[in-house]
Amino acid sequence: MKGTYAVFRKEMSLYFVSPIAYVAVGAFLFLAGIFFQGILAEANEYAMRAAMQSMQFGTPLDIDIPGEVMRGFFGVTGTILLFVVPMLTMGAYAEERRRGTMELLMTSPITDLEIVLGKYFAAISLFLIMLLPTAIQMGILFRASDPMPPWRMMLSGYLGVLLLGASLLAIGQFLSSLTESQIVAGIWTFLVFLMLWILDFVIRGSSSTVAGAVAQYVSILRHMNDFTRGVVDSSNLVYYASMILLGLFLTLRSLDSMRWRRA
Amino acid sequence: MIEVEGLTKQYGAVRAVDEISFRVDKGEILGFLGPNGAGKTTTMRILTGFLPATGGTARVAGFDVFEKSLEVRKRIGYLPENPPIYPELSVQGYLDAVARLKQVPSDRRKARVDAAMEMARISDKRADLIKHLSRGYKQRVGLAQALVHDPEVIILDEPTVGLDPKQIIEVRHLIKGLAGNHTIILSTHILPEVSMTCDRVVIIHQGRIVANRPVNAGQDPGSEIVILEIKPGSGGAPAAKALVERLGGVKRVEMQTPDGNGRVQARIECEPGRDLRSRIAAEVVGHGHELFELRASRVSLEEIFLQVTTQEAPGAAPAESAATGAAS
Repeated sequence: MKGTYAVFRKEMSLYFVSPIAYVAVGAFLFLAGIFFQGILAEANEYAMRAAMQSMQFGTPLDIDIPGEVMRGFFGVTGTILLFVVPMLTMGAYAEERRRGTMELLMTSPITDLEIVLGKYFAAISLFLIMLLPTAIQMGILFRASDPMPPWRMMLSGYLGVLLLGASLLAIGQFLSSLTESQIVAGIWTFLVFLMLWILDFVIRGSSSTVAGAVAQYVSILRHMNDFTRGVVDSSNLVYYASMILLGLFLTLRSLDSMRWRRA
Repeated sequence: MIEVEGLTKQYGAVRAVDEISFRVDKGEILGFLGPNGAGKTTTMRILTGFLPATGGTARVAGFDVFEKSLEVRKRIGYLPENPPIYPELSVQGYLDAVARLKQVPSDRRKARVDAAMEMARISDKRADLIKHLSRGYKQRVGLAQALVHDPEVIILDEPTVGLDPKQIIEVRHLIKGLAGNHTIILSTHILPEVSMTCDRVVIIHQGRIVANRPVNAGQDPGSEIVILEIKPGSGGAPAAKALVERLGGVKRVEMQTPDGNGRVQARIECEPGRDLRSRIAAEVVGHGHELFELRASRVSLEEIFLQVTTQEAPGAAPAESAATGAAS
């Protein structure tokens, strides 16, 4: 446990002097801001049209604008993560291997598991720091809405984003451990995320076949949809938990194989 | 302090380390000498717990490097060939991070970081970012990193490579200063480095140990082999050879065939620690042979080193047969 903390501390101090971390966090917040603004404008227009229709035909106004905005925002946040997380994880192990500092970590009196967990918790912490400023968007939404959107929905939305991010970080760190080049690691990670994303489109027409059903289950963004609607489904929790554990387990195996390979 | 027995490391078909055995006593500095690719780094990586061995055992401070890897790692300071530094951190920040990784208790961490910087003489650079330091200073940061948890054993892989002559001398002084309290293994492919810093040298070639002997800095290092050139008098070369062989302390005499001037060169091996030059001179001249040259061969360590590193073919054959023998 002390070893995990030592690795965690080291990782955090490196994040704060690393330009890549700043670029990734900056890119995320910039994109999240742009998309939020776009979603708001669209919702505004839609609401105006709906109100006019309601006046024209005398039908009651029955739309949940704040809910739609929130759903849209969490959905787009998930998509942005597919692009930003590779930047956060590509250096995790690749850069240590290239610099030879992997040898320092692996000859320190700490276990490989402590190394893997320390690095993972540090990435999660950076990820949380990155998410924190999106509270501004939420604040705007809550101030402007009357009645306020349900808290439950926001919390489950954040839980979904967090679980998605945690899964992507685990997979990304594993892929980073396979190479000495963080560029190669970054490209691979992005391609893998892209595959997990594209599956979502590929299967839309063919969810009746067995292959379609499997693809539907594997698709990483699909499992977030329920969260953005305010529904915490245990099958989605199990999915993300399995992704996280699989990523960490493979990273641990990868470290083990580093010890057996000719360096 | 360090006991290695029959240690073997196989990478696929390549046997990088082939059943080597040696020991290092407490406070000793062992030089690991060999050409590049001889198996020095692999051996060091096994000792530090970075690589597992294929066969044999290695114990550091009584702990098996594989079974009790974490115990061993606590007791070893290791400087790999390229110092494992984080260039974006300051010297002090880096050493603090390493001290945490090496599980230095928090109440002693500050003092240990200061002590390590003091020993490596980088205290004046404590606030500098490592990336702004020169190669020599980076190497010293690497040394400080190996010392920060006050390890009993220090393992240095080519600590002077890439440094300028002044820096090399500084690093050697530093290493010598550490001896006594610490047990040190350092690897090098530079022969003078061994005679200047080490108490004992192990010469390794193609994964096998070809020599393991003390470095006697105080003694005349060449006293064991004497080169003699004479023009034989009565009885010729055989009489001269017999004469020298009778002397106490002489182990072996090799005499070459006379050259055009009738002179003969002889290579005389003496027992270690005995300088027989004056007695040989007296005997040879006393029996009517003309003496042209008599000198102690100062290249004995170098001779071994050159022998093993130039005779590629005969060295390779036994190593290979041993490999197949062990595999079957």
